Amino acid sequence: MVNLIWLIMLLTGILTAVFKGKVEVVTDALFQAGEQSIAIVLEIAAVMMLWMGILKIAEEAGLMRALGKLLKPLVKKLFPELPSESPALGFILMNISANLLGLGNAATPFGLKAMHELQQVNPEKEKATNSMITFLILNTSSVTLIPTLVISLRIQAGSAVPEEIVATTVFATLAGTVGGLMLHKFLQKRGR
Amino acid sequence: MSEIMLAISKYAIPFILIFIPLYAYIKGVPVYESFVAGAAEGLKLAVKILPFLLGMLVAISVFRASGAMAGLAAVLAPVTEFFGIPAEVMPLALMRPLSGSGALAITADLLNAYGADSFIGRLASTIQGSTDTTFYILTVYFGAVGIKKYRHALLVGLCADFISFVTAFLICRAVFL
Repeated sequence: MVNLIWLIMLLTGILTAVFKGKVEVVTDALFQAGEQSIAIVLEIAAVMMLWMGILKIAEEAGLMRALGKLLKPLVKKLFPELPSESPALGFILMNISANLLGLGNAATPFGLKAMHELQQVNPEKEKATNSMITFLILNTSSVTLIPTLVISLRIQAGSAVPEEIVATTVFATLAGTVGGLMLHKFLQKRGR
Repeated sequence: MSEIMLAISKYAIPFILIFIPLYAYIKGVPVYESFVAGAAEGLKLAVKILPFLLGMLVAISVFRASGAMAGLAAVLAPVTEFFGIPAEVMPLALMRPLSGSGALAITADLLNAYGADSFIGRLASTIQGSTDTTFYILTVYFGAVGIKKYRHALLVGLCADFISFVTAFLICRAVFL
């Protein structure tokens, strides 16, 4: 599905540009994408080095396992395949907490560590596991309590009550998360 | 209430940065050496992500810059108008799963054009905050560990985005109109 969507976006994009008679847009966009990906990776690299360093300390002090144990009942429900001693649980928890607090920057390194641990118990290394998909649904649907970025945008735009969208945002987020998890459960029962 | 939440958000990181190394040091962990070892892993991961990110951004930026995405939004507009969803937010709804910076630009634009406290402004804010950039997250997270078969992850992620979008509209209509 990813391959198909990738191809469709690329082809319809190029064809639209040709049809509109502005093919040069395509080359511009290609260069921009190149620059942008390098810029993003540089930013990610800096944040990741910092947080992965801190996480390594936490791991060696046994904190990740302790965290995982603490929230075992809840996480066990979401990730039934994981052994209860898995350090992935601690990273997943830290990723979710960072998202809840609206700290998207810090959430990524925690999330990647979690994926790394999930990959350790994956029997087919190139194929996503159920736990991985569950975890990514929690991330793409952006479970958050404090949409910090939106609030700051609204302040900039001169809103009288910048935080009035918090409740509606949390509601819409939860609907997406629950819907996604249910669909995932359904599809995985059908053996996809 | 929102002040307390923002304060927690502000002090969470300094707290973690103090607590973890201090606790570990007391436990006898060589904190500096561990930090450097972890940072090296972080650097490797970031480099590993690059090709995946580049590939995805190429397709997305061509799709967007050529006007194909705006065309899709225009085609969908009559359908969404029928349900009472303002056509102005459609580009945002389509951009949200594809590009974080693109969606942010559209949201900022809508807030400035229609006012943060207008219905469109509130709806746009809710859409912006209620989902994350699905394509980016799948690309980075799967890319970092070398997963090539996503199974139904993209389908489920996009369905969740769609559910969030529809819910955002319904809840904003109920609360703000």
